Amino acid sequence: MTDVTFWASPATDGGSCLMAGRLLARGMVAGVIAACLAFLFARIFGEPQVNLAIAFEAAQDAAAGMAPEPELVSRAVQASFGLLVASLMYGAAYGGIYAVVFAFAYGRMGRISPRALALLLAGAGFLTFVLIPGLKYPPNPPGIGHPDTIQLRTATYFEVIALSVCVMAIAILVGRRLALRLGAWNATLCGVGLFVVLTALVQATAPDINEVPANFPAVVLWRFREAAIGMQIVLWGALGLIFGPLAAAVLAPKEGGRRLAG
Amino acid sequence: MSHSLSSSIPGFAPAPAAIPVRAVLPWAAFGVVLALALLYFVGAEQGATSLISGHAVHEFVHDGRHLLGFPCH
Repeated sequence: MTDVTFWASPATDGGSCLMAGRLLARGMVAGVIAACLAFLFARIFGEPQVNLAIAFEAAQDAAAGMAPEPELVSRAVQASFGLLVASLMYGAAYGGIYAVVFAFAYGRMGRISPRALALLLAGAGFLTFVLIPGLKYPPNPPGIGHPDTIQLRTATYFEVIALSVCVMAIAILVGRRLALRLGAWNATLCGVGLFVVLTALVQATAPDINEVPANFPAVVLWRFREAAIGMQIVLWGALGLIFGPLAAAVLAPKEGGRRLAG
Repeated sequence: MSHSLSSSIPGFAPAPAAIPVRAVLPWAAFGVVLALALLYFVGAEQGATSLISGHAVHEFVHDGRHLLGFPCH
């Protein structure tokens, strides 16, 4: 082993593999904790809107002479344990993906502390997985969406997320490549510009889907979407803030030396 | 351990060292597969496709599916 590789990779191979595993585990734990907070937010601000939407749907069905839908799972369970379990699974899943991205990005995005990188990547994750796909296909309350189009809507939704991830990856890779020639500031501007252009292209070519009934109460739709986006901000914000110190502790042998020295 | 050696040198402030890609890859594959399975059950099971018959999973995660932005019904 030469001196160069020694300093570039101070941890042994077994050590860095262990480190990556611990980052993944901590990302999932941070995601679960963040999901608990997001659940509380959704329970307080989202559930009233879900109930109003279901009441609207039931009134429409009754007016059309249809029998009320049978309740397989009671509303009380859907709004408590169901919402909590769904949030926890979602938080653990994105916490894991986020930790994997962090493990790749750390040390490859310039001199940035683990906590700052954690917050930066949480913002990027919110943008890529939630906000950009949500601009094209925003969250809808119950009572919106035909059962016949669920295949198309699910496929397009996941496709737009996948394309959003590709666009973010392309923008970052091109920006990093340009940084050597143009400097960090101009390269970042180019990356952002490329991101905007590619995002606009994806959103313009993805099929439009509008299944909101003409008489659906606009305020309920707006408040529901506010609550949905708020829930995601709580989730990703908490994820970034909680994971930062947890990741710093995993990377401590390197960071601790600097803290002692400085 | 090599990293404790580097931190024991007084005044030595190493640049953040990246974790080698080959050390992250197995965990990345494991983490992403696990995450996709979780997201599938929250977001799509008994909606667009169905591995488990019935509507119990869909009904249980119903409110979460709507509020987390997945297409539903």
